[in-house]
Amino acid sequence: MLEWLETFWSTYNTLILSIGINSLLALSIALTLSCGLLSLANAAFMGIGAYAAATLTMQFNCPFELALILSILTPVCVALLIGLPTLRLSGVYLAMATLGFGEVLRVVIMNIDFIGGPMGLNGIPNLTSFWHVLAALLLVVYLLWRLKASKVGRAFVAIREDEVAAKLMGIPVMQFKLLAFSLGAGIAGLAGGLNAHFTYTIGPNSYAFENAVEILTMAVFGGANSLLGPILGGTLLTLLPEVLRGLKEYRLAVNGLVLILVVLYLPNGLWSGKSRRIKKSMTSVQG
Amino acid sequence: MLSQQLLNALSLGSVYAVFALGFTLIFGVLGVINLSHGVIFMMGSYIALQLVTLLHLPIVLALVVAAILSGLLAVVIDWLVLRPLRARNAPHLAPMIATIGVSILLTSLIQGLMGAEIRRFPSGTLPEESITWGDLHITYVQIGIMVIAIMMMVGLWLLMKKTQLGRALRAIAESPKAAALLGIPVEKLFYCTSFMAGSLGGVAGVLVGLSFNAISPFMGQPMLHKGIAVIILGGMGDIRGALIGGLFLGFAEVFSVAYLSSDFRDAIAFGLLFLILLIKPSGLFGRILERKA
Amino acid sequence: MFEIKNLSKNFGGLEILKDVSLTVQKGSISALIGPNGAGKTTVFNCITGLVKPNLGSIQLEGQELIGLASHQVTRLGVARTFQNIRIFKEMTLLENVLVGMHSHLNYGSKDWLLARSSYKEQEKQARETAYELLSLFGLHHQHAQTANSLSYGEQRQLEFARALATKPQLLLLDEPVAGMNAAEKSRLMKEVELIRQRGVTIFLIEHDMRFVMELCDQITVLNFGQVIAQGEPEVIKNHPGVIEAYLGAVEA
Repeated sequence: MLEWLETFWSTYNTLILSIGINSLLALSIALTLSCGLLSLANAAFMGIGAYAAATLTMQFNCPFELALILSILTPVCVALLIGLPTLRLSGVYLAMATLGFGEVLRVVIMNIDFIGGPMGLNGIPNLTSFWHVLAALLLVVYLLWRLKASKVGRAFVAIREDEVAAKLMGIPVMQFKLLAFSLGAGIAGLAGGLNAHFTYTIGPNSYAFENAVEILTMAVFGGANSLLGPILGGTLLTLLPEVLRGLKEYRLAVNGLVLILVVLYLPNGLWSGKSRRIKKSMTSVQG
Repeated sequence: MLSQQLLNALSLGSVYAVFALGFTLIFGVLGVINLSHGVIFMMGSYIALQLVTLLHLPIVLALVVAAILSGLLAVVIDWLVLRPLRARNAPHLAPMIATIGVSILLTSLIQGLMGAEIRRFPSGTLPEESITWGDLHITYVQIGIMVIAIMMMVGLWLLMKKTQLGRALRAIAESPKAAALLGIPVEKLFYCTSFMAGSLGGVAGVLVGLSFNAISPFMGQPMLHKGIAVIILGGMGDIRGALIGGLFLGFAEVFSVAYLSSDFRDAIAFGLLFLILLIKPSGLFGRILERKA
Repeated sequence: MFEIKNLSKNFGGLEILKDVSLTVQKGSISALIGPNGAGKTTVFNCITGLVKPNLGSIQLEGQELIGLASHQVTRLGVARTFQNIRIFKEMTLLENVLVGMHSHLNYGSKDWLLARSSYKEQEKQARETAYELLSLFGLHHQHAQTANSLSYGEQRQLEFARALATKPQLLLLDEPVAGMNAAEKSRLMKEVELIRQRGVTIFLIEHDMRFVMELCDQITVLNFGQVIAQGEPEVIKNHPGVIEAYLGAVEA
């Protein structure tokens, strides 16, 4: 049995770790979406986290766990900085602005030789284990679960539904948007730090527009309104390219088709949290 | 040499402007960020390439046919993908993701059918000599680009300002519901706008394919990024913005390569973009106001 | 207890409000009436911080409201409903009201992260209060339904309940009976009276004259951004300026 597990792991470890990482990323964007923010900057934040952690472990011999903490904090700081001006925007304007930010960041990274420039960083130590990813995922899921059950989670949804009405409920909208934005950034950064330490190499092109879109797709496909949805989306869309390997160049065509079909026919994603919410509030009034 | 650089900048900027015009037109009238615009650009290029290599059409004719076919492609995409989303009042996110899907789908299909290698227009498609005028060297491509770009931009401007159609489109851009109440056939005009935008994108594709002599299934992506940068710089939904933004980007790129270094080319453009985002996120001419329903 | 002094607002050269002054007595039900376009909703927007006036002062129990952010105005005790109903459509009725209680829930992030007792207690309490508020309006049976399943009249009631959840001192109602039938209107009248008895001062905008005359203690009339009359219903009813404003100049 143990031998089978070992062979299984050595063949599929990258895949399994990727599923975990992608689930984290999908959750990070689902969080911002729950507050009505369409942020396409999470790939960039992932990149910031990745570079921060990798630089720390490679240049400064920092212990891995500490590097991971910084892979959360660095993007949070950046998010707070750019959030203030950009979160005044809404809808597609915000999406475009965050996309622009992502592009700017990519170009900036390409021009900083200290962290590898266009060639990126190579030879990053292989420090991420299954337990790291699992722990991260469990922690984030727990955090988001508790958040949704609190006044903060409700405030996010209120802001998403109607910002003006939310303000008149005593909710400091800008602060909460910043909170959602930077929390999302932190989670994406954590995913980045974890990812960097099992892919050996990272480069500015791993965190571009296409990646932001992939992350968004996973969240939307799985169902951005629930906790399980993004994880489901992350898992399925990580496995899909593997399953479709045989199609070679046409593999991505299926991805594209899936996207279109999901948007047209499954607008709430595979797993929408709606029916569960009604049951939940029914029981809690009596409880 | 300054005047040469100016010429190059004008030429490059014009192509960016034509591409961005299509993009911003869809945003202004349909209220949608059409991320398949890059792929239509790419298809325009391939269509022209096939017309020239297989049917031996002269380049000008190929350009016209490519423009029409690109426009039709855009209409098909609108009809199949965007129309159902309009019908059920889907949130902004939906058309964005759906058009990303279209983009991935078509890129992959072309990659499979035509191969991923970079293709070129056969030599002789355009006269290769350049015209010398004093110190300036102008290639036929550049002339072509500027003539076509000016024609299209003037044409679009005239359309929007002076014709009934243009007035109707501007009314829809303000408020589709109000326009419908005025008896404007909104849905039909959406297809019309898609056609125009697609043609603009396709033409830009042919022009870029000719001027860099490189056509690949992936050429749409970087162009789309530039289109987005132009839109953010110039302001979304604004035609002047697309024009000025496109020219501005062309100038920024050419001059930073000429006088700084090519490393900085993308950095300058995006650095400015970022500054605009921080200071005036709606761009030079954009309106932040959410569109009335 | 609530005073507006010399409130003025112009917008692109248009004078929307000109030197508007009025007082609202504590515990009263007062109305702001006037023809369409008189500036009534702008007054409400100025009070709730959605619009910044050019001149003037708005004070609640001596506290200046101009310059404060909307959420701060609410926290000081001013709640508001909207002309075109702004409930949270995808949330349940209970959740809508719970959002209203946001500023009165005093637990911090540690509390909800670790599901501590202060969090649990306050949430439980909040749900009970929310349920009670909904039952005031007869909506408690539907507390688990999503708000968009309600009828128009019920949605207005929900907005009312949600505004009350913010525990206001002053409740602003923007055309509360618009689109309602006679039965719904008289029901709302009773509910407004009930609210007043709970200690909330009410200031409303309305076009339905009968509703206003029957319910209100004090009426202010606005026309073209200026106050043209203030006083009790009897006085206002017969005020020539008011009649003129609504019906046009009386032919001599």
